[in-house]
Amino acid sequence: MIELKKLSKSFTDADNTVHAVKEVDLTIEDGDIFGIIGMSGAGKSTLVRCINMLERPSEGDVLIDGVSLSSLSEKELREKRREIAMIFQSFNLLMQRNCLQNVCFPMELAGIRPSEARKKAKELLETVGLGDKVNAYPSQLSGGQQQRVAIARALATGPKVLLCDEATSALDPATTRQILDLIRDINRKYGITVIIITHQMSVVESICQHVAILDQGRVVEQGSVQDVFSDPVSAAAKALVFPEGYLDVLESGRKGSRYLRVVFDGSQATDTPLIAKMAVEKGIIANIAYASTREIGGRTFGSMLLSIEEKNHDFQEALAYFSDAPGVSCGEVMRDAE
Amino acid sequence: MLNELLSAAERAEACSVIQSTFLTAIWETLYVTIIATFFAVLIGLPLGVILVIGEKDGIRPLPAWLMRLLNFIINVLRSIPFLILMILIFPFTRLIMGTVVGTRASIVPLVMAAFPFVARITESSLREVDAGSIEMARSMGSSTWQIITRVLIPESVPSLIANVTLTLTNILGYSAMSGIIGGGGLGKIAINYGYYRYKYLVMFCAVILLILMVQAFQSAGTALARRCDKRLR
Ligand SMILES: Nc1ncnc2c1ncn2[C@@H]1O[C@H](COP(=O)(O)OP(=O)(O)OP(=O)(O)O)[C@@H](O)[C@H]1O
Ligand SMILES: [Mg+2]
Repeated sequence: MIELKKLSKSFTDADNTVHAVKEVDLTIEDGDIFGIIGMSGAGKSTLVRCINMLERPSEGDVLIDGVSLSSLSEKELREKRREIAMIFQSFNLLMQRNCLQNVCFPMELAGIRPSEARKKAKELLETVGLGDKVNAYPSQLSGGQQQRVAIARALATGPKVLLCDEATSALDPATTRQILDLIRDINRKYGITVIIITHQMSVVESICQHVAILDQGRVVEQGSVQDVFSDPVSAAAKALVFPEGYLDVLESGRKGSRYLRVVFDGSQATDTPLIAKMAVEKGIIANIAYASTREIGGRTFGSMLLSIEEKNHDFQEALAYFSDAPGVSCGEVMRDAE
Repeated sequence: MLNELLSAAERAEACSVIQSTFLTAIWETLYVTIIATFFAVLIGLPLGVILVIGEKDGIRPLPAWLMRLLNFIINVLRSIPFLILMILIFPFTRLIMGTVVGTRASIVPLVMAAFPFVARITESSLREVDAGSIEMARSMGSSTWQIITRVLIPESVPSLIANVTLTLTNILGYSAMSGIIGGGGLGKIAINYGYYRYKYLVMFCAVILLILMVQAFQSAGTALARRCDKRLR
């Protein structure tokens, strides 16, 4: 279990202080895939670098299985870091070493016998699907392949935790998919706790179980991905969950109508034509302003933005109607929510 | 003048000088250059490493005054003209070699002139190493020493080889100048025969040989650096 306790980090230079991370409290259970998402500059990288103490927190502490990292000596901390592997946006392979030697790198640091390290490295490259690239140099590999080597390297010392800082941000969507699948397989196979830092909701949706939303250094919302997705509360969460264009629709919306956001769980709600039924049963006409579907954790979620005219309590009735429907959650979206 | 230069008598004399002295001179030049380069790298490389890791945001920050002192010494040594440096450090040369003249003694000023240069170019080579690689090494629990020996230096080997080659060719050039304090080699021959005795043909031959040696070292160094670099393929 990883616990962040009132973790803060500020950077001070000559004329000002930047509070990059502010009083973050998080608990991440063993075996979880935990997403930390936020806009650029929200403090994600700083937060993740505090988790392995590459950055010493200004205040607060990180506990891994109850052990406080800030109480460790430099040497003990180096030992501990072998349990907390990390992969990066830019892969950070050593360019003068081939794949095998790159995967051997952390084992060299740990003083594992070279013959043993090479054997383990070959197995790991096999695991990440690069058994045939053992002698290739990073410059001969695609981005996706380089990230696979980096993952193999991260696994070399048998870590308990894998930190991924924007690990797929430099990759195209198809490769991102493959790398995320690989990370999920590893999470299942080795039971490694994975922390995924990203600015893309799609990454969180596709593999995370839990998510925390970071805004200006603070965790403004956290919970299971499904809960946060279907019912975002904070403005930052809404901005991330609502796809682009969503807010434009709101901006340009007609006066005299209100907006209702309806999220339905595809496995339960797709059989009923809810909007048609509402029109027939209640006589309420809803205009679909925006609609999309997404997959979260293998389940399909649909999300719609309905505009409903503000007359005869239509809006309240529609709200009540959708609230009662099974597998549906809904809420009003304010025009000036942002 | 050309006629005079290439007259039969001149040619015969030059030939005999070349036969009797050039082999030793080439050997002395090589010997001085290689030994001086070796010591310049031995001293300059660690200093270059310190310049990189010891700075404020480096991986092992050192006291600011120490860094300033180090930078000062390097800058001062780099800005003294070689001819003057050679004379300035006579006492030091005598301390180490027991004498200030001769081939062996000329190694000392050469090292003194070259190690600050090596420190600077090592510094610039090491700065080329991707900060991400260092971050990665730190995240895996590398000690400072492991970062230096397993990341910083190995990752900049091609650039270091190119820079050592540059040092070597520089020292080769300076070693010719040390002919003035009796340092042996092709430089001494060029000065003795060309400057003092007006035997220009001998001087030309010596100079051409020096040029060829620089070319050979440079080509070999560049080829080696390229072969070592795994980024290019
Ligand atoms: N070493 C540093 N010195 C000073 N300020 C820093 C430092 N590192 C980060 N910051 C500041 O802290 C804030 C958070 O930065 P951070 O890199 O953690 O953001 P991020 O969420 O990872 O952004 P991105 O998505 O762009 O990577 C920024 O305002 C940044 O300028
Ligand atoms: Mg970042």
